[in-house]
Amino acid sequence: MVTTLLDARRARHIAAQVPDPELPMLTLADLGVLRDVETTEDGTVVASLTPTYSGCPAMAEMRADVAARLRAAGYPRVEIRTVLDPPWSSDWITPAGRAKLAEHGIAPPGPAPRGGPVALVLSPTRHAVACPRCGSADTEETSRFAATSCKALWRCRACAEPFEYVKEI
Amino acid sequence: MSDDHVYLTLAEGHEDDTRWAYGTGFEDPLHGVHTTVPDDVDAAELAALCVALGDDALVSAQRLGEWVTRAPELEEEVALANIGLDLLGQARLLYSRAGQTDGTGRDEDAYAYFRDAAGFRNVRLAELPNGDFAFTIVRLLVLSSWRLAHFERLASHPDPVLSAIAAKGAKELRYHRQYAAEWAVRLGDGTDESHRRMRRAQEQVAPYLGELFTAFDVRQEVVADLKQVTDAAGLPMPVYRPLPGCGREGEHTEHLAPLLAELQGIARAHPEATW
Repeated sequence: MVTTLLDARRARHIAAQVPDPELPMLTLADLGVLRDVETTEDGTVVASLTPTYSGCPAMAEMRADVAARLRAAGYPRVEIRTVLDPPWSSDWITPAGRAKLAEHGIAPPGPAPRGGPVALVLSPTRHAVACPRCGSADTEETSRFAATSCKALWRCRACAEPFEYVKEI
Repeated sequence: MSDDHVYLTLAEGHEDDTRWAYGTGFEDPLHGVHTTVPDDVDAAELAALCVALGDDALVSAQRLGEWVTRAPELEEEVALANIGLDLLGQARLLYSRAGQTDGTGRDEDAYAYFRDAAGFRNVRLAELPNGDFAFTIVRLLVLSSWRLAHFERLASHPDPVLSAIAAKGAKELRYHRQYAAEWAVRLGDGTDESHRRMRRAQEQVAPYLGELFTAFDVRQEVVADLKQVTDAAGLPMPVYRPLPGCGREGEHTEHLAPLLAELQGIARAHPEATW
């Protein structure tokens, strides 16, 4: 029993260290996509992952990476499950993950809208996004869609640098 | 690692099941999800609903992808491609759920690549050619508002898989609706030419609005969105003009078959190939 608990903890630690294929400064645990790691009675490690967006092209890569790392760490039986409910939220990016994003010039997200229907709002919504390079709040959105599904493009008016911003979802 | 060719680089050193965002034979996107259909859900009806919503998404994603290299600005190309990618992901999940529930055990590729136009159940608005940017925006506004209203309701569907797909997709669709709504206001309230093009686009979508509100009535939510946008854009509310036929029953315009020919050509020419 004690061995199983220790084993589960070690397996969780290994899975948690796998980097995200698209934001490699973050681990899957930092990003909040690693939902659970448990070991069953026969020693199978079951790791549960959730996609960030429905079209996330990196899901297969993540599954393969987690399975490969666990096998390399001495767990021959690994099962990866996909969890869709509840859907991933940018709120699940950990404080450590947010700090790493900012360190790498990517502005972390603000709080995501709460559940339930969200009405269309056309009036400009000014939320302050601080420039991850110079810290100025004098920034503007240039495109709500960017190189990956989870990011938008912004520009700092103070230091004139463009930067990416992880969208609230 | 060679970087001569991006696809080769992605494929290099990976097992068969770790390829990225291209080709056929992907691992099931519902891999490891509990698949039992609850007793109070009619499996055939559930499968039909998943196919219809999957077809709307796949056909829309294909049209949005056609804007790549042709959009007015790079930012819009990236936006339209991202919206298409979200919809493609939704289609994959919905087709996988359909295959689990319609008794055929088909995978997502079977639905996407090996059905003819008459087998598709998408609404006809989704299959119309892209036209100009104004038409693309008017269509995207209508379809994303309509799909979002659907998904917000389906988030409480008794099938846990469909409800999870819908709850997740709704979050994405809010960004699509916002993008289209902001462009609709900018173009409607822009120059004489952009206003004229928006009016023309509204005329062009008019015959295809009726079939959106037949089975699953979310008219109230969509009308509220369109009213807000048209008021801010200085445009009239779109009118419905009845047109015989219904995409949900497999009756399509002449535009769907060529779209599918391009989408399905390689998979049908080399049915055993994976890439």
